[in-house]
Amino acid sequence: MGIRFILMVNKQGQTRLAQYYEWLTLEERRALEGEIVRKCLARNEQQCSFVEHRNYKIVYRRYASLFFLVGVDNDENELAILEFIHLLVETMDRHFGNVCELDIMFHLEKAHFMLEEMVMNGSVVETSKANILSPIQLMEKAS
Amino acid sequence: MAMHGMRGLSVFISEIRNCQNKEQERLRVDKELGNVRNRFKNEKVLTPYDKKKYVWKMLYIYMLGYDVDFGHMEAVSLISAPKYPEKQVGYIATSCLLNENHDFLRLAINTVRNDIIGRNETFQCLALTMVGNIGGRDFAESLAPDVQKLLLSSSCRPLVRKKAALCLLRLYRKNPDIVNVDGWADRMSQLLDERDLGVLTSSMSLLVALVSNNHEAYWSCLPKCVKTLERLARNQDIPQEYTYYGIPSPWLQVKTMRALQYFPTIEDPHTRRTLFEVLQRILMGTDVVKNVNKNNASHAVLFEALALVMHLDAEKEMMSQCVALLGKFIAVREPNIRYLGLENMTRMLMVTDVQEIIKRHQAQIITSLKDPDVSIRRRALDLLYGMCDVTNAKDIVEELLQYLSSADFTMREELSLKAAILAEKFAPDLSWYVDVILQLIDKAGDFISDDIWFRVVQFVTNNDDLQPYAAAKVKEYLDKSAVHETMVKVSAYILGEYSHLLARRPGCSPKEIFNLLHEKLPTVSTTTIPILLSAYAKILMHTQPPDQELQSQIWAIFNKYESCIDAEIQQRAVEYLALCQKGAALMDILAEMPKFPERKSSLIKRAEYSEADTAEQSAIKLRAQQQTSNALVVTDQHSANGATSPVPVGQLSLVKVPSMITTENDTSSDHTLSQQNGALSNVDPQPPSADLLSDILGPLAIEGPPDATVQSENNAASGLEGGSDAIDGSAIVPVEEQTNTVQPIGNIAERFHALCLKDSGVLYEDPYIQVGIKAEWRGHHGRLVLFLGNKNTAPLVSVQAIILPPAHLKMELSLVPDTIPPRAQVQCPLEVVNLRPSRDVAVLDFSYKFGTNMVNVKLRLPAVLNKFLQPIQVSAEEFFPQWRSFSGPPLKLQEVIRGIRPMPLPEMANLLNSFRIMICPGLDPNPNNLVASTTFYSDSKPAMLCLVRIETDPADRTQLRMTLASGDPTLTFELKEFIKEQLISIPTAPRAPAPAAAPPAAQPTPQIPPNDPAAILAGLLS
Repeated sequence: MGIRFILMVNKQGQTRLAQYYEWLTLEERRALEGEIVRKCLARNEQQCSFVEHRNYKIVYRRYASLFFLVGVDNDENELAILEFIHLLVETMDRHFGNVCELDIMFHLEKAHFMLEEMVMNGSVVETSKANILSPIQLMEKAS
Repeated sequence: MAMHGMRGLSVFISEIRNCQNKEQERLRVDKELGNVRNRFKNEKVLTPYDKKKYVWKMLYIYMLGYDVDFGHMEAVSLISAPKYPEKQVGYIATSCLLNENHDFLRLAINTVRNDIIGRNETFQCLALTMVGNIGGRDFAESLAPDVQKLLLSSSCRPLVRKKAALCLLRLYRKNPDIVNVDGWADRMSQLLDERDLGVLTSSMSLLVALVSNNHEAYWSCLPKCVKTLERLARNQDIPQEYTYYGIPSPWLQVKTMRALQYFPTIEDPHTRRTLFEVLQRILMGTDVVKNVNKNNASHAVLFEALALVMHLDAEKEMMSQCVALLGKFIAVREPNIRYLGLENMTRMLMVTDVQEIIKRHQAQIITSLKDPDVSIRRRALDLLYGMCDVTNAKDIVEELLQYLSSADFTMREELSLKAAILAEKFAPDLSWYVDVILQLIDKAGDFISDDIWFRVVQFVTNNDDLQPYAAAKVKEYLDKSAVHETMVKVSAYILGEYSHLLARRPGCSPKEIFNLLHEKLPTVSTTTIPILLSAYAKILMHTQPPDQELQSQIWAIFNKYESCIDAEIQQRAVEYLALCQKGAALMDILAEMPKFPERKSSLIKRAEYSEADTAEQSAIKLRAQQQTSNALVVTDQHSANGATSPVPVGQLSLVKVPSMITTENDTSSDHTLSQQNGALSNVDPQPPSADLLSDILGPLAIEGPPDATVQSENNAASGLEGGSDAIDGSAIVPVEEQTNTVQPIGNIAERFHALCLKDSGVLYEDPYIQVGIKAEWRGHHGRLVLFLGNKNTAPLVSVQAIILPPAHLKMELSLVPDTIPPRAQVQCPLEVVNLRPSRDVAVLDFSYKFGTNMVNVKLRLPAVLNKFLQPIQVSAEEFFPQWRSFSGPPLKLQEVIRGIRPMPLPEMANLLNSFRIMICPGLDPNPNNLVASTTFYSDSKPAMLCLVRIETDPADRTQLRMTLASGDPTLTFELKEFIKEQLISIPTAPRAPAPAAAPPAAQPTPQIPPNDPAAILAGLLS
């Protein structure tokens, strides 16, 4: 089914955004996030961007203080996901201008809107930044 | 400024951010939750803006990991807000907070539908996204057609259609029985002509889902996929916005190649040539560049192309080119590429031709086993495990052993299990196998599960030549200063049994062996002490001539443990002490353990099981199933051996088993076994006992049947030792199993007849599959569900179920998947509509393939006449005029039936009742007669009343006269024949006689006064 969840977590392990594409109970989420974050944050730059955890493969990428973690199933192209993370970051960058952790934190709703435009039910919907951002721009103009 | 105006939210977020610790954060969150809860509860009119703000706070709190158990209704209610910003929050919050089965979702269906069919594009998008993320059954039922329409609508803009595609994907995947995709092949093929890359990307995901279920229906999409790929690869007509670092949408390229991997092959030579040209260009033209993102994106495409080439079974030349590329990748510095190189090489093992080429990279792969990155080490381990065969087993296993001491703890268990399995599967000789396992125990004792050392014991016990070697070897380990407890267990067992074989060697006298073992006793736990005690008893028995000093020493130990608090230890001590005093009798009781029966390694079973757990419908696995001929699945021994060496090696076999115990599937054999061990019957120290039991019970339980290798070995064994085996021959694995015919478990006819009377049960079962049925009958409608349960750890493929309905039934079976994953159960609903009365029976033509066995059975379905009956109690007043109104043939038929299975009247009454033909007591004055009534439901006519009268002859229970009446001649005839069939032969085991409290018909009727209505009725009846 592709992407199972997308997490943004900072260096201290605080979740800044969490979007799941399969239903997990709160306890399951908490446990999963804890385990994954511990595993990924302990890794260094020389190690690869993929971590196997339970039935997931975590594809992750670090931008300054923020980690982007994407959980996929075993049947997904890892590098495509890795670059999808970068596409997400570039899209946020285009919108916020030099995006940082605080932008995502204080504009959680916008980060969610962008993600909604990019991923649905675990599949990629759109990869053009202009198309991803147009609904948000429309809304901002309207308000 | 609604977007920026949620000041309250920003304040809250920064307050949370400023919390010094988790406790402060929790307090702040609790306060806020209380605040929001109050607002929701107390303020009658919250502005949509306020609602929106609070809902975002809830979402934020939920994201932090706190439970938010209220406000869901408010979130859902925002969906119906008229303004976009509120509506949007409503949709996002609903899909974050609720799961697909939440009751509130049902409340929103209408609003959602209105948004979807409405004219507002932005609303359409919101609604489609939410349904696409969490839409369940209800949504599929009410929205699927609308969504399909949107996807295909030419007046819809791409931004709506791309969402409709993925929304439909969700609805279809979740409810393939509801979302009708018949005839979608043409539409899909049309969709693939789409110019807009957003719509194309979504449609490609939809295609993958459809094709993975039924590739045959979508052949027409194949050339379109190739065309799309060509368009992308040649960068024709790709808007700038869709190129990523100069690469035309790498995501769409990857998805397209993924879709192509679901088609088993490409027949059209032109399409094939075009595709190979594109692939060749990708393979050759991907260079390593400086920019990381460009590099990743181009390699994402390259790896997918590699997977597709592997799938297509390209010419050998191209395959070698792929392996060469992968070989290069596993040695580069870039860790991601290294990781993926190893991963893809493991997948490549499934292609037979290239295994030899992969072996050339063995040294590099072994280096990767020591990579600083655990992710890469894991891939290397998997690859080594997969590529291991007889030619390289020794090298690989020894590398694994060496690595074991330095491996991190998270990997040791897997590592030792894999080493143990490989050692067993590919051992060039048994002594090497023993060496490996003992080293494993020595180096990673904590990670060695009991079944690993049980298995060594089995091999040693069953191979006489191995016994002195193993005994000497374990003694060496015991000589070391620190010994793992598992090593003490296995040594105690082996030395107890076989140390006398070493008696002439220096340092191996019974006394020395005893001392060596006894030294360890203070260091071990209570589970090991019983094994030590058994070893002492055996050593003592083998000491010839008897050694008085040793004897008193051992007796003293038994004495000491006689009062041990551990019941197991105590019992052994007491029993051994008592036995020792019996003198000569001891010899028999403590005799050498008998050989173990042949069976499949529980380790390998475990490995298969864990494989099955993670089994998914991935393209590569499907492919492996489609092409069993050259597939080499790592856990599949048949193909592994068959494909790699001309001589089938098999797992180590226990062929030398003499036929002392031949019963494989009889629990009593376990009993016999322990009895042969005399004193050990209750306190069985035989390590494999629990395991043995489960193995013996294997074929009876859910386990799959013993695999073919084992069977043939069994066969060989029985052939060699023919005579002695003959007696027990019947108990060995049934011979039929070797000749591809699969025997059903239980009697199919009996199962069918039982299901005619009840609504759920097993319709068919064999060693691989169980087909269950559950039915609900309402009037002329029936809803059956077929449960297809795969009992194995391997998938069942080519599953086909075709309904052959009789003319009077309309039957619709939902899609039956082609493959049933290991240990999975698939449910296939079957709708039945009864059109006319008929006794014809629907047949399910069911087939599947397991390994090389093609099984095909034709099963009668219990959608029989009586299922469409509803019992009805008729009073004399109603019965009487009805009966009279059916004046004679063809509405009323009478027949004398002979050859009835004799049964007491109450039993016959029960039988009719169980067919939903209700006995109406008291209507017939003659106690030997039965009167019954029922109603029959069909689609063509309203419910029909049916009346039955049966007159029996107490002097001759084998005959009776039956009269049947209804308003429809066909019904009268069919029902009469139906009841007749049931009375003449009752195939199920005789039912228990009816309880003593006899039903009314049996009550003796006293003299009937002439004015009794019943008497009048009786007159009319005759």
